[in-house]
Amino acid sequence: MLEITTAHYTILSAALFSIGVIGVLVRRNIIIIFMAIELMLNAVNINLVAHAEQLQNLIGQVFVVFVIAVAAAEAAVGLGILLAFYRNKETVNIDEMNVMRW
Amino acid sequence: MAEALAFYTLSILILGLGVAVITTPKTVHSVVFLVLNFLCVAALYVVLQAEFLAVIQILVYAGGIVVLYLFVVMLVNLKRQPEEHQDPRRLAKVGLVLSGAVLVELAAIVVYSYGREPSSVSAPSPAFPVQGNIEELGWLLYTDYLIPFEVASVLLLVAMVGAIILARREL
Amino acid sequence: MLDTLVIPLLKIVVLLNAILISVTFMVLMERKVIAWAQSRLGPMRVGPYGVLQAIVDPIKLILKEDITPVKADKMLFSLAPILSLVPALVAFAVVPFGGDELFYVADINVGLLFFLSVTSIGVYGIILAGWASNSKYPLLASLRASAQLISYEIAVTMTLVSVILTSGTLSMVGIVEAQLADGVWYGFIQPVAFVLVMIGALAETNRVPFDLPEAETELTGGFHTEYSGMRFSLFFLAEYANIIVISAVTALLFFGGWLRPFPNVEALAFLDIIPGWIWLFGKIFLFLYLFMWIRATLPRYRYDQLMRIGWKLLIPIALANIVVTGIVKVLV
Repeated sequence: MLEITTAHYTILSAALFSIGVIGVLVRRNIIIIFMAIELMLNAVNINLVAHAEQLQNLIGQVFVVFVIAVAAAEAAVGLGILLAFYRNKETVNIDEMNVMRW
Repeated sequence: MAEALAFYTLSILILGLGVAVITTPKTVHSVVFLVLNFLCVAALYVVLQAEFLAVIQILVYAGGIVVLYLFVVMLVNLKRQPEEHQDPRRLAKVGLVLSGAVLVELAAIVVYSYGREPSSVSAPSPAFPVQGNIEELGWLLYTDYLIPFEVASVLLLVAMVGAIILARREL
Repeated sequence: MLDTLVIPLLKIVVLLNAILISVTFMVLMERKVIAWAQSRLGPMRVGPYGVLQAIVDPIKLILKEDITPVKADKMLFSLAPILSLVPALVAFAVVPFGGDELFYVADINVGLLFFLSVTSIGVYGIILAGWASNSKYPLLASLRASAQLISYEIAVTMTLVSVILTSGTLSMVGIVEAQLADGVWYGFIQPVAFVLVMIGALAETNRVPFDLPEAETELTGGFHTEYSGMRFSLFFLAEYANIIVISAVTALLFFGGWLRPFPNVEALAFLDIIPGWIWLFGKIFLFLYLFMWIRATLPRYRYDQLMRIGWKLLIPIALANIVVTGIVKVLV
């Protein structure tokens, strides 16, 4: 119990990932859904770093750098789309985003 | 002992704040919990001896991405809460069940793989000509992973241009 | 136990008290400097030449009534001052006041990046204060502040890359030792970076001429309009602690920290009789004075001018500086 192994980190990562999945599937506010996706990306990052530590191999950490870069790109474009959509329909409810054009 | 204490404290904080992010009714509060969550994840990276990633996590996630979220939340001045509108065809219960299924599947994978010998496919990194976490990470990024690194920078450029075009008023 | 817990804790307690006390005297100094710049006397009533004003002011702030607006978001309204003060104080953890281990709390190998990332958290205090007050002027101020802080943070971070290229290390102690090894303060080989960092520092700490987030004449006080008493003074503490820490980092990066002037000239070795931390304190004091001098001299920029300086002037120059530094580094 007092010795922390990689399995502990994997369980933490799995739990955080599940919280993210619940957020994406249950909430309707698209900003919250974006944030839940960020939670999932962080869960994956924890997993990668933990295994990099276990294998004494830095490649896991290299991947985390790329994941953070992609997350930044995703947030910028996603929020840009969200703002453009909000300007036209005045809503951030994902159920009302059911048309491809307006 | 110290690692266990740090791990359990941070785990409870990370999971608790994660739940708070997806359950809080006010979006601004969600964003604040998300920042605190990311700070705890950064602390966890320090425990895992990835201090460069910890700092980058704070600098990029907490200092950059989440500020963007906060900015958008303040721009999107909601007259009505999005959760008030319910699509009758929406199946929130099914969503909950499906997320439960994901949790079970992840748990099964963890339990199944726990106790097995780690496959020895991945060898420890070869000896670096430099010392220290940042130096070694930089060495990898600028030698073996140079092309992905450059592709990531192009991706960021594309995202930046795309975001500016999307945010312009006349679309 | 003694080395890993007691001594660092003692250092932290001493450091925090030193910061808080120096902030109160800094407020007095600022009032005096601005008064002299405007041919006034400044505070004169309490104690000789108004010196005790530094003690009276905090007591007044503590005794004042603490008001929370009815329609404010209670949780964020209380959280915002804390979120702006804590990063400012945490940033001191990596600031070394001397080369000896006695003078710093931690010398980590990502020191400079840690400083940048921790100060980037400070923007939340300002944004959330404006949002939680549920009042129009604070909201306007906080929207301005978030755009301003993010823009200038990018410029400062890019500028510091060229300093990191020159020193080859991110550790604060390491950077000063690199200046000792090179025999020159980096202010002399990176003058462009120094000017950019100074401009960025003014903007990051919301000082004149970039004090748009708290422009009294436009926004009735800015993001902390609705705050009173101790909570207001937490914002004040945060601002002044930020000025001190940014002055200290500028002194360390560009003015050799605790090194004497011309550390490579043997003829000046007699200057070593003055201990290093006094050199550093003197340099920090000079920068603090510079901040006050600028405040007393320059008018405020317009918002569009501010953004244009950030994006169209500072960032391109910072990028060019990185390229030039890299080329020089490869050639030499």
